[in-house]
Amino acid sequence: MLVYFLRRLALTVPTFIALMFVTFAAIRLVPGDPVEVRVGEHGISPERLAYFRHQLGLDLPVWQQFLDYCWRLLHGDFGVSLSTQTKVLTEFFTLFPATVELSLCAMLFAIAVGVPAGAVAAVKRGSVFDQGLMTISLFGYSMPIFWWGLLLIMFVSVKLEWLPVSGRIDLINYYFDQPTGFMLIDTLLSGESGAFLDAVRHLILPAIVLGTVPLGVIARMTRSSMLEVLSEDYVRTARAKGLSPFRVIGVHALRNALLPVVTVIGLSVSSLLAGAVLTETIFSWPGVGHWLIESISRRDYPALQGGVMLVSTVVIGVNLVVDLVYGAINPRIRHGR
Amino acid sequence: MAADVALPAVSSEEAAEVLAQPTPLAAFWAAFRENRGAVFGLVVISTIALIAIFANFIAPHSPIEQFRDAVRAPPIWEQGGAWRYALGTDGDGHDTLSRLIFGARVSLFIGLSVMSVSFVVGVVLGLLAASVGSLVDVIITRVMDLIMAVPSLVMAILVVAVLGPSLANTIVAVTIVYLPRYVRLVRASALGELTKDYVTAARVAGVGPLRLMVSTVLPNCLAPLIVQAALGVSDAILEAAGLGFLGLGAQAPTPEWGTMLADSREFIRSDPWIVALPGLAILIAVVAINLTGDGLRDALDPRMRRT
Repeated sequence: MLVYFLRRLALTVPTFIALMFVTFAAIRLVPGDPVEVRVGEHGISPERLAYFRHQLGLDLPVWQQFLDYCWRLLHGDFGVSLSTQTKVLTEFFTLFPATVELSLCAMLFAIAVGVPAGAVAAVKRGSVFDQGLMTISLFGYSMPIFWWGLLLIMFVSVKLEWLPVSGRIDLINYYFDQPTGFMLIDTLLSGESGAFLDAVRHLILPAIVLGTVPLGVIARMTRSSMLEVLSEDYVRTARAKGLSPFRVIGVHALRNALLPVVTVIGLSVSSLLAGAVLTETIFSWPGVGHWLIESISRRDYPALQGGVMLVSTVVIGVNLVVDLVYGAINPRIRHGR
Repeated sequence: MAADVALPAVSSEEAAEVLAQPTPLAAFWAAFRENRGAVFGLVVISTIALIAIFANFIAPHSPIEQFRDAVRAPPIWEQGGAWRYALGTDGDGHDTLSRLIFGARVSLFIGLSVMSVSFVVGVVLGLLAASVGSLVDVIITRVMDLIMAVPSLVMAILVVAVLGPSLANTIVAVTIVYLPRYVRLVRASALGELTKDYVTAARVAGVGPLRLMVSTVLPNCLAPLIVQAALGVSDAILEAAGLGFLGLGAQAPTPEWGTMLADSREFIRSDPWIVALPGLAILIAVVAINLTGDGLRDALDPRMRRT
């Protein structure tokens, strides 16, 4: 187990180094004077230019600049945002809980609906329900989510006025400390009446939008995995023993069918974050994705560079954990290769 | 098998019919045709392709001409709609129908170019990694892992931020994002094939390394690759539309569906159809391609799981 753990850990090192190189190279490739790109000032005097060149280490050889960059990253220095003059790392951690909260709720929605629906579809294979669900799931994972979000806003928020259009909470009516950054927890801690409910109401639409693609994938995966399991001998044995159909399907079949589904869920962090960029933009959700897009439009390259670096580090980290957990559960994986 | 099982009587003509091997294409078509959804998808996507090809003749107006006298005209089913602008006009007075028609051209062009470039580059890199091995393999695999570690849209954003937003750069960005899928697929199936006897036989017969990989191994890796390529077109269209929506893709007045959506966001309350129609076009195209791709998978490789 330890060997597997170390080998898997060692594999992430070159990926991480390459990531540092790409983010380093990317900002150098941005057209325009590097000082202007990074300081955000235009038409500055030669003295000031020289000062910044020295300050930013641009007078050093490229390889040394790269090593400096790596050194700073490894010490947690991800640069300073041009537009807010705060540290990129600080900014990231202020916004990250919002993205995590949204992504978790989206995934919960996708699992809570997708797994039972897929299981029922498999049991009632060929029925109207099965065909209907497969059609819905096809539309689910083909959905341009930015459009889907706008449609939901149009009907649910604008026309029916059931749910708010954007943001995480009604800032005019509620004001409280946010110790965790997770709105659902913070509103509960604040003790303000109605705040929690308001946070939930803000969360519903974005979570549905971000959860739509995973929902389609999970429903399909569960169905096909369940179909396979249902034809296994142990399911027949369980039936022959006289167990209730509910027990056979719910306990014996579904538990075994869920293994590939869990893997898919674990490895979908990356696509979830990609979807979060679009979802957060539509709903003005103050998360990391929204921030990255804002950084581009403000030409805030240090924030973009640090943000991409941090988001990718999170993905690498989560994928590592998923692999390790999977290796711990499944001996075939850890002894493979 | 038990010897006393009575075999059904078969006439010689029937036997000949059964025994005659259908051509691979005929066999494929017979399997594909079984899946009604896939055929439906193929019909829809072929129609879209025809619309895209003959856009100049079909579209009632130029996609970039601004009709100042008819800004945000309603579509035909709304109060005040007229056939002149059947699907209405947008905030700049562009005819929506014409833009959607030309948009099909843009979206399919993006999807097909991303697919073909990543297909070719993926095959080359994948075969290289599988055949040369050692350091080349490690480098290619690591680079692909890196691309996969960055969320697709974030990677595309980074590329566009560096290169600047345009249609061509959208294609570059989306190609980079989807390249690893092809490389990994080719590498994995080539490695699998390389251990088989027929490859050893070809080696023994003196086939050179290039010919071995390209004409012996590659054809046997094609089935999953074709499926991936078909589904890759729809993913590329979605990704490019997403970039367009974020303002990082094709720039106005290019009639790209995602860009059209983004440009008309402000009219979501007053004239919802301007927002609804481009998204509907994206959805229809993507669903049709995915249906076709699923059918391809079932037809090309029965071993793959039927879903």
